[in-house]
This record gives sequence, C-alpha cells and structure tokens, in this order.
Amino acid sequence: MRFPKELKFEKSDEWVKLDGELATLGISDFAQNQLSDVVYMEITAESGDTVSKGDTLGTVESVKSAAEVVFPLSGEVVEVNEALADQPEILNSDPYGEGWMIKIKPSDPSELEALMDSNAYEKYCQER
Amino acid sequence: MTFTPHTDSEVEEMLKAIDVKRIEDLFQEIPESFRFPDLAIPSKLTEIEILSELQEIASANATTGDMPCFLGAGAYDHYIPAVVDMLLRRSEFYTAYTPYQPEISQGTLQAVFEYQSLICSLTGMDVSNASHYDGATAAAEAVILAYHFFRGKRKKVLLSRAVNPQYRQVIRTYMHGYEDLQITGDNQATSLESDLETIKRQIDPDTALVLLQYPDFFGRIYDYASLIDAAHKVGALVAVAINPTALGMLTPPGEFGADIVVGEGQPLGLPLSYGGPYLGLFATKSRLVRKIAGRLVGKTRDIDEQPAYVLTLTAREQHIRRDKSTSNICTNQGLMALASTIYMSLLGKQGFKHLANLCYQKAHYAAQQIDKLDGFEVVYKNTPFFHEFLVRCPKPVSMINLALQDYMILGGFDVFEDYPELENHMLIAVTEKITKNEIDAFCETLEKVTHD
Repeated sequence: MRFPKELKFEKSDEWVKLDGELATLGISDFAQNQLSDVVYMEITAESGDTVSKGDTLGTVESVKSAAEVVFPLSGEVVEVNEALADQPEILNSDPYGEGWMIKIKPSDPSELEALMDSNAYEKYCQER
Repeated sequence: MTFTPHTDSEVEEMLKAIDVKRIEDLFQEIPESFRFPDLAIPSKLTEIEILSELQEIASANATTGDMPCFLGAGAYDHYIPAVVDMLLRRSEFYTAYTPYQPEISQGTLQAVFEYQSLICSLTGMDVSNASHYDGATAAAEAVILAYHFFRGKRKKVLLSRAVNPQYRQVIRTYMHGYEDLQITGDNQATSLESDLETIKRQIDPDTALVLLQYPDFFGRIYDYASLIDAAHKVGALVAVAINPTALGMLTPPGEFGADIVVGEGQPLGLPLSYGGPYLGLFATKSRLVRKIAGRLVGKTRDIDEQPAYVLTLTAREQHIRRDKSTSNICTNQGLMALASTIYMSLLGKQGFKHLANLCYQKAHYAAQQIDKLDGFEVVYKNTPFFHEFLVRCPKPVSMINLALQDYMILGGFDVFEDYPELENHMLIAVTEKITKNEIDAFCETLEKVTHD
C-alpha cells in the first residue's frame, strides 16, 4: 500500500496534489484496494463547474460495490480525465498517476490545510 | 428490540412533524362513505353451497372465448398455445421469487437470458433488461433514464399525442416529483394529422427525450427516421413504444435509430386478464447500458468449461449501489417474461412473421368491409396501418358497444374520452383469432344496431 508524501488526503479516501495554482484529485491506493476490480467510473462534474467541498465528483463502481467520490476541496473544475470512462482499470493499476480524476482551481486554501498528510492518513487506514 | 414498529410517542412525533392531528385525518381524501364501510357479509355456507354461489356469479361474465373481441387499444386478444400455460405452471417457475442468490438459480437466469436475447432480436436493440410492470411503466422508465442521462440538465420531454393516453398519464404520475421537468408535446389542440410535424418543431437542445409509438395508438405506421434524425441532431434521445406483434413484419426500431424501445409485452402469450399482470419491454442501445434499471444476464463458462449464466450488470440496483440505488425492479415480471419467452420460442421466426401477417391481412379485410357500411368510415385509410384502425360511426360508440353485447360481440375502443375531437369514433383491433365469418357478422351487426 502506497501513501506518497507529497499528497494530502480526505477521510473519504480522496487524495489531493497541489501543483502551482491547480489541484489534482483522485482516490487512494487504500480505496482502490478496498473496492477491488473497478469496472466503471462515471465522473459527473464537468469543466467550468463551481463546486463545494463535499459535492459529488462521480461514482466508482467495482465488482463489489459502487461508491461516491466527493470533492475534498471547493473550487472551479478545470479538467476531467476522460480516459477513465474507457479504461476504469487504471484506477487499480495507477491510482496516483494515470488514475487521476479531476483538476480544480481551489478557492479556499484553508480547506487544504485541514486535510490529512500522508502519515496521518496511513495511520487512519491502519486503524480501520 | 421490540416488534412494535411505532410506539405511541413516535406516532405522535410523526404526526406533529407533518402537522396532522390524528391518523384518521390522513384519509380525508377518501370519501367518508368508503372510509370504514360496514361489510354486508352473509352468514356461513357449506363448501358445496359457496361453490355454486360463486359459479353463478362468475357465469355472469362473458370471456373472449365466448365472444369475438374487437377491442384492443394496447392489449390484444391473441391465441395462447396450451403449452405456454403448461410449462408456466411448473411449480419451479411460478413459486420462484426474484433470485437474490442469482447464480444458484441457473434455470431462472437462462430463461431471463433467452428472454433478453429474443427481445433484442425482435427490436433490433443491443440490450434488454429483465422487464418492467407493463408498457406504461416501461415508457415512464424511458423518461427517468433520459432525465438522468442528461443529469437533469435537459428539462423537456416530448410525447407524441398518438402515444397511448394511459402511457402518458402514467409517465406524468411517475415524474410527479421532478418539478423542473416539462412533459409536453401532446397538447389537445394538436391535430392528429400533423402531430409528427408539431413534435419535430418543438425539438430543441433542452429536449432530453422524444417518445413515439409504433404502430401508433391508432394503429398507424409512420417512418420515423427523419424525426429521429432531427432529435439526434440536438443530442436528444428517442424512445419508441412498440407493439411486439407488429415487429413480425415491420422494420425494428433499432434499425431506424431508436435509442430506447419500450412496449407492452402482453400480446406475447399473456392473457388479457382484466389488465394484468402484464409485461413491460425495455431495450436500449449499448451506450445506455449503465443507465438501465433491473438486471442483465450474460452467458459464460464455469471452471469446468460448462455453459453458465451470470448476472452481468445491475448498475442501478440496491445490492450494488446501496442507498444510492435508483431502481429495485430486479427481474420484475419474471413469470410473464418466461411466458413470452415460451410463446416466442414456440412460434419461431417464421411463425411469428406468419402471425403478424395474419393480423395485418384480417384487419385490412375488416377495414375494407366496415368502410363500405352506410354511415361508417375508416378515418386514416390512406395511411399504412397494422392490425388496428379508427372508424367514424353514425352513433355514439358507447351505444353501439352496448347493442353489440346483445349479439355476443365485444366492440372496439371508444376514443372520445381521450380525444374530445373524435366523437363517435371507434378504434377496432383484429387479431389472428378473429375469423372471416366473425368479421362479416360484425359488419352485419354494426349495420343492424345503427340503422333500426
């Protein structure tokens, strides 16, 4: 299980990577492992949408269940990873790389501060 | 944990929340005399006595076995081969509930798989679910699918006025809570001759779905290709409500661009039976597969390389989507779907074509004969039709139908209530069961009861 140091995490298992003005979002290695084989990813947010922390980003469906993915930050959606629609299995093979879901321009820096760092998230996962 | 579902204080709390004083107040909508009626139940009888009394009551009914049936309007009196009921009444089939441990019920899964395959070949679509309640609820599901397909961003659904009025009512009931959705297109002022042009003009980028019927409610057959093209140009979906029997001779909607096909499956081996249980057909193109309610069964091989059936997709059901599920239709009308599967398999491709042709020819003979009668006129005689047609009568249809009963004939559907401009208009259906003699007798009787 990987918990990259440069990422921040939300309790509902989304990760955030800040890169200049933009934040990239996805689901964690722990989440994909719990879901098992992902068969479908539907991203319902679109470029240009203004979103609030906690809004639904989309639904990820595995052979076991379907789970909602939410925005860990508020902001404006800049880019959606269209590749996931045809190759949802990337979420299993590369959750922190090719499996990114959305890029947003965060509107509230304090929300980023409130997220867990990788150590805290790793500990949180072990306790579950 | 107690087995009392609601304590007095909980009931109190709930009533307070909705601002109602007593539970009885919730039933105000029901006329008082019906609310808690005294039932006049006679004193006890022996089994012999009760049987004879019930038989006497039942014999007051006439069935379509006793009188030729020219009534259709969405449900049709076809012949049901004895083997359909014989197989259906095997207790393995009729006692089984929807399989919650599906893979253990290989027989049920195979039946659903065969049903889905047959519906796909009949409609020309890619995927079929395991059915809805009836044609009307399947049509409503098409609207729900389209609404969610556009994530609520498209707010208009266009219904042709020549779609079964009951389907349109059920759609409006189902969509009651979707307050931002506008269900329109079937304005009473629209002439039934220019319905399709009117629909076409109203298609815009806010349109989620266009619903057409094929053949339409009046039995008419139109080429919908250009209308469907117009809808697709602005990205809208098109659903076509079918009569499955007609597809024995007509081009399937999958071949002229329909995105969704819905329909009443009753003509496929189910009895009329007071209006149910029926069978809602629902099929789509592949790109909508994840939006379909219910279950899709697939065929695969098990570890011993034996053929096996599995639940391939249940994208909207509660066991996969938990609290986010948007359907619990499951296998739904499983027994009815099985009946239709037996019926279709029994007829086979050639038999089904033959059946459709018989309905078509007999209906056209009947239309020709009725059109010759004094005071009667077939209304859309220059438009192709299948096995149902509209007739202008010299007297109110309700009166004619009452008089026909004295001659043991079940007359056609009175369209006046649903189409106020069509006073004295009867919708007449003819299936393969009706003989030439019965058509001739029907014509004679129509003349007799209107010219005395």
